[in-house]
Amino acid sequence: MAIQDRLSGNEAVSIAMKQINPDVMPAFPITPSTEIPQYVSQFIANGEMDTVFIPVESEHSAMSACIGSQSAGGRTVTATSSCGLALMFEMLYVAASNRLPITMAVVNRALSGPININNDHSDSMGARDSGWLQIYAENAQEAYDNFFQCMRIGEHPAVQLPVMCCQDGFITSHAVERMELIETEKVKAFMGEYKPEHYLLNPDETLAVGPYDIPQYYMEHKKAQAVAMENAREAIMEVAKEFEAMTGRKYGMIEEYRMEDAELAMIIIGSSAGTAKEACDELRAAGVKAGVIKVRVFRPFPAEEIVAALKGVKAVAIMDKTESFSANGGPMGAEVKAAMFGKLNDVLVTNYIYGIGGRDVKVDDLKSVYDKLAEMVKTGKAPEHYQYLALRD
Amino acid sequence: MKKLTEIRWHGRGGQGAKTASLLLADVAFSTGMYIQGFPEYGPERMGAPITAYNRLSDEPLRVHSNIYEPDYVAVVDETLLDAVNVTAGLKPEGAIVINTAKEPEEILPKLNGYKGKVYTLDAKKVSLATIGKNIPNTPMLAAVVRASGVMDEQLFLDNMQASFKHKFATKPEVVEGNMKALSMALEEVKVYDGSK
Repeated sequence: MAIQDRLSGNEAVSIAMKQINPDVMPAFPITPSTEIPQYVSQFIANGEMDTVFIPVESEHSAMSACIGSQSAGGRTVTATSSCGLALMFEMLYVAASNRLPITMAVVNRALSGPININNDHSDSMGARDSGWLQIYAENAQEAYDNFFQCMRIGEHPAVQLPVMCCQDGFITSHAVERMELIETEKVKAFMGEYKPEHYLLNPDETLAVGPYDIPQYYMEHKKAQAVAMENAREAIMEVAKEFEAMTGRKYGMIEEYRMEDAELAMIIIGSSAGTAKEACDELRAAGVKAGVIKVRVFRPFPAEEIVAALKGVKAVAIMDKTESFSANGGPMGAEVKAAMFGKLNDVLVTNYIYGIGGRDVKVDDLKSVYDKLAEMVKTGKAPEHYQYLALRD
Repeated sequence: MKKLTEIRWHGRGGQGAKTASLLLADVAFSTGMYIQGFPEYGPERMGAPITAYNRLSDEPLRVHSNIYEPDYVAVVDETLLDAVNVTAGLKPEGAIVINTAKEPEEILPKLNGYKGKVYTLDAKKVSLATIGKNIPNTPMLAAVVRASGVMDEQLFLDNMQASFKHKFATKPEVVEGNMKALSMALEEVKVYDGSK
């Protein structure tokens, strides 16, 4: 029997880490990191897990230590947030190019400045091209469920890449919600033992990790990394299927909500996807054919899935919880439009920046987006520029 | 029971409004409900006005926003009545619960013409008499359960006993005082029904 509990997103992910009992957790033990290292170090102090916890002096060091322990052959996790992730930036690329399946809990919060501690996606979206997989959660349940899957996907022999397991700062990380935990024996069976193909502490195989790569080989190594990211699509679905068999909870690259006959669609990531479903239901009750596409996996990008889900849609709003300062919209706006190009040329598209720096995202705000979509369909025109949602005058 | 109950807590940093919202979520969970308990985060300073929220429902919850049209409002610190618009969006068929030594009628002029029920509780008196310290959130929790009717009061007390035993596992001597605070609060809470 699954265990009912009421937990914050941070507690839920910490319990996932406890159940996995990885070999090593290097982490910066204070702000801007999360409560997660605090909870895990408590579990370790209580003798509930025997992970080696390495308290480091910076997030740059946290990621460096992760790279060290995962190269040595140890299953390694860490957690971070906001400017903490930004300080890891240099080492994120090293972890990915060395094909080290580190699993990192990211609690999405704004990057300074102006100084702000609240939720948006500017931290992980800034690291979207670092070679890490990125999987986002709508609520504490998904943050917990995703963490197991993230590790399995990263460790998949055809992938071997690090994974960010993202959830929305404060909105889910600090809110207590009812959720279901999986029995630890089942978790252990699902996770299995980590057996890396190559690792530094293998006495039978000498190995160099992270040497200089000359121009004659660099591109081939980058291509191999890109192939691994492509392979991740299949691994994600394979792991999701196994996870569903264990828990009954179904996951994919995206989640489609009332999209079967939808004419107006919203593409959104994270906790606001739940709010969007509520907005969608209210509009459906009023006869509006609204639908929601929740992007669960951002890296690799679910281009094909989104295009397939948009068939029959007349207008779509792409929602970005970060500003990319391209002066042309947000990162998801750019990715979705690129995916649609040449395939869905008749769909009217608009891109919104919303909820940045912790601006509350209300059901009514998201309903106003559908109103805008309806207006676009009526006039046959999409706005020329990207929009800011619920901006003060 | 109504499908969804939304509650907004007003307190000052350090008074336990956030803890109260988490405790209410906890006890509602133990009666089988779907719950959310969350504070609004800002620059956290002792004494600064803070807001916390609860959604309680028989069905899974998926909206992740603050609450703008609460069914119930709890004011843990009376001085907030002069600083914050505590009745903003409050539904007239709901109620407001205020920690004050004053009678509900005396508080009315500060409630911006609110037409619903007004509950008052001297949570300071109750907590000093039972816990020995001014910890207003425990008695306020009981008053909110009375006002909202979100769960049976006996069920609430039974579940809180278990919850306190768990919460205060390292100092079991405080469980009795906290339980007394809850039952005394249920006796002391006063109500004014403006609709009558």
